[in-house]
Amino acid sequence: MPLDNAPESKRKFNVVGTRPLRPDGIDKVTGRARFGADASAPGQLVGRILRSPHAHAIIKKIDTSKAEKLAGVKAVITRDDFPDHTGGSGGLYDTLCNVMAREKAFYEGHAVAAVAATSASIARAALKLIKVDYEVLPHVTDVDEAMKPNAPLLHKDMFTDGVDPKPKKPSNVARRFEFGHGDVEEGFKKADIIVERSFKTEAAHQGYIEPHAALASMGPDGSAELWCCTQGHYMVRDVCSQLLGIDIARLRVTQSEIGGGFGGKTTVFIEPVALALARKANRPVKVVMTREEVFKASGPTASTSIDIKIGVTKDGMITAADGTFRYQGGPFQGCSPAEFGGMSAFAQFHLDNVRAVAYDVVANRPKTISYRAPGAPMANFAVESVIEELAHKLGMAPIDFRIKNAAREGTKSSYGPTYGPIGLGATLEAAKNHPHFKAPLGPNQGRGMAAGFWFNFGGQSCVTLNIPIDGSITVSVGSPDIGGSRASMCMMVAEELGIGYDQVRAIIADTSSLGYNDVTDGSRTTFATGMACILAARDAMKKLCARAAATWGIPEDAVTWEKGYAKPAGANAGNFAPLSLKEIAAASPGTGGPIAGHHEYSADGAGVSFATHICDVEIDPETGRSQIVRYTVIQDAGKAVHPSYVEGQFQGGAVQGIGWALNEEYIYGKDGRLQNAGFLDYRIPVCSDLPMIDTQILEIPNPGHPYGVRGVGETSIVPPLAAIANAVADATGVRFTQIPLSPPRVLKGIEEAKKAGGKKAA
Amino acid sequence: MSGITVNTKINGDPVEFICEADETLLDVLRNRLGLTGAKEGCSTGDCGACSVTVDGRLTCSCLVLGAEAEGHNIGTIEGMAHGESLHPLQSKFLEHAALQCGICTPGILVAAKSLLEKNPDPTETEIRFGLAGNLCRCTGYDKIVRAVQDAAKEMRSGKSAKSKATAKKRA
Repeated sequence: MPLDNAPESKRKFNVVGTRPLRPDGIDKVTGRARFGADASAPGQLVGRILRSPHAHAIIKKIDTSKAEKLAGVKAVITRDDFPDHTGGSGGLYDTLCNVMAREKAFYEGHAVAAVAATSASIARAALKLIKVDYEVLPHVTDVDEAMKPNAPLLHKDMFTDGVDPKPKKPSNVARRFEFGHGDVEEGFKKADIIVERSFKTEAAHQGYIEPHAALASMGPDGSAELWCCTQGHYMVRDVCSQLLGIDIARLRVTQSEIGGGFGGKTTVFIEPVALALARKANRPVKVVMTREEVFKASGPTASTSIDIKIGVTKDGMITAADGTFRYQGGPFQGCSPAEFGGMSAFAQFHLDNVRAVAYDVVANRPKTISYRAPGAPMANFAVESVIEELAHKLGMAPIDFRIKNAAREGTKSSYGPTYGPIGLGATLEAAKNHPHFKAPLGPNQGRGMAAGFWFNFGGQSCVTLNIPIDGSITVSVGSPDIGGSRASMCMMVAEELGIGYDQVRAIIADTSSLGYNDVTDGSRTTFATGMACILAARDAMKKLCARAAATWGIPEDAVTWEKGYAKPAGANAGNFAPLSLKEIAAASPGTGGPIAGHHEYSADGAGVSFATHICDVEIDPETGRSQIVRYTVIQDAGKAVHPSYVEGQFQGGAVQGIGWALNEEYIYGKDGRLQNAGFLDYRIPVCSDLPMIDTQILEIPNPGHPYGVRGVGETSIVPPLAAIANAVADATGVRFTQIPLSPPRVLKGIEEAKKAGGKKAA
Repeated sequence: MSGITVNTKINGDPVEFICEADETLLDVLRNRLGLTGAKEGCSTGDCGACSVTVDGRLTCSCLVLGAEAEGHNIGTIEGMAHGESLHPLQSKFLEHAALQCGICTPGILVAAKSLLEKNPDPTETEIRFGLAGNLCRCTGYDKIVRAVQDAAKEMRSGKSAKSKATAKKRA
């Protein structure tokens, strides 16, 4: 059966590119949608977790006897209830250690015991009756301090990987990475101007409004069910069953609606605890984190310390770029996004000589987990700040300097691969021509810009598409919908089959209903699961054509599919009236039974993504407070399936970046305890902090997708940190090298610059 | 433990419940009455996801005890649509794609409705300050503000009764 093989970039779309209402919308505006904490089970208990008050301590003994005797307590669990089924090493063992502390508590908030009781008040009372005997150890929370030779050591058996020869002395440096090509030393010899600076960024939390929640049920036979909010219920199933020592197929995980994730719900925290409690109590158990627990015990992103050195010729060509990136990822190896930081740092440039050295560092903070384009925003802040400074030293407009050195099709990227068609140049040119770029600035205002990059990901997806007898369609996908992806899935199926959007509905299937689906991360869902939907629709289309062929008594390849109808492929095939999808579906019980399409694969070809942001900021010189007065996001989407939700991703990512740049930070006391574990003191942007966020969608098709789609979710958080720092530098004349640019820090910088009588770095 | 008997009205309907002295109104709504539209995002009054109205006044239900609801009229997201007709704010949130994950949406709708009842023609700044107690982490607020502006305009022109909960396309 011939399919539509017209060059996709010239394809005319009927549904893709429109803005229909989302299928889950009415449930979400009426309060009916069921999120993680909204489910209940008959006879359910309340589960709560006891957490370490110490940043670093040996757990000598845990006495649960008093708690167990309290009326209403049905189960108490500790490390003893989590025998090691992981083989004792690797990421899975670290997850086990994080879920329930074993020999040591590695951070304030680390889980040490849990109870299940008949009410929340009994559960709280029971926690107070558990006696934990700690031996408090020296701790370290700062990345530079953690790397010092005399720093308190978290693991006696951690010897830095990636260094030859392997160190004989243990340290808090888990691994060294190096990326790049050419010879940076030779490159710097050719430079006329070199700028070298050091930067620091604080940890930010993903800040999803929905705390982690799980409702678990598990029988003595090992059969279990779990309802939870996660970005990947298949991951939850696989990890939990391995930690608990049960067959993967015994655990069915159903994904609730998810109240934000941004990377923070791509691992397990409370899910194995809820299951272990349910197993011990032999009753359903619901565990919901408090906001304080979310801040102290679920993953923020890394804090960093970064050195950047870039050299240029007088005419503005970069001759060499060199960077050292130190990422603190909490107590376990492999958690900080140091590798992605190093890989992404210089990805927006065409460079002959580039080197990025990155260190994955452990410290006494919560185990970090991905946060939207993990690792890239911090590296971008450092690099794009130096780029701006170089442009000023050259006397060149920063936009022209960026355009001159921009990566393009055929550029060997700083992390290895050679780029295919990319949209960086187009976003920079669009920025230069944008009205925002030419608008006059008011008093105390400054303008900054930055360009950013993200890799994007494909990965495993499995999709089933069912066609009932009325010709309506259900698409079952296994990718949690964290921002409107069900609408996009329906649109792509409707586009492919040539039918109306309203005929298609998408659901998120549980883990027993489909093959494995990777976590919704890496901006993969609309690209990879979307493509699986397209291919499942094509599979169904073949079967629909076969039914028509059988009905007409002609060969299957003599039937073609066009705009929702099976038709004879040509005059020779016979003269039959086209059969609609509805007609074929209605006849299906008599022509071979139900009609379904499937596709399962691991997707490659996720096109890389670039964005350019422009930001105007106004500084109150008396308080140091920064107000964003205008903000524009220009990003390549490949092809925007639902432009409203693409804009939403651009806007949401930009505003998370604004929060990180201006206010959000993990503040630790000398005791290693987090001092701002709540939304009052960890201040995410509120509505009155912001202007409208203008967006411009560019569409440079990704050759790896039938419609040209690229992931769009993550790139938008990459440029804001630098764009804002550059705008603040423009407004104040002071180059800040540490974020957040909180009012006290900006005020101090301005006052110090005044005393020094001119421009300086703060 | 001795329960407290409370008589109240929720979305206009008489409701009697028994709660413990330390239970919040949010706990009662969610755990005793099955009204899970109000969400617990922080339990400290910082995020607004649990927004309800008490005698018409916008309130974080996590900061009110269940026992304090005695004799008061409580309004929740579950009472916002009438039959098949969505409130104009609900329709405009869908049209403008003013939600991504949707966890903050019930609280923001309750807060926006409360704002428009006091001020039917708010400026952008008034909307932004009116919703400053409701955190949204997904949208950057742009489309939320636009949806509220559009709903306010429609409500002023009196077309609100025509807003049906049908999934019609916006080209």
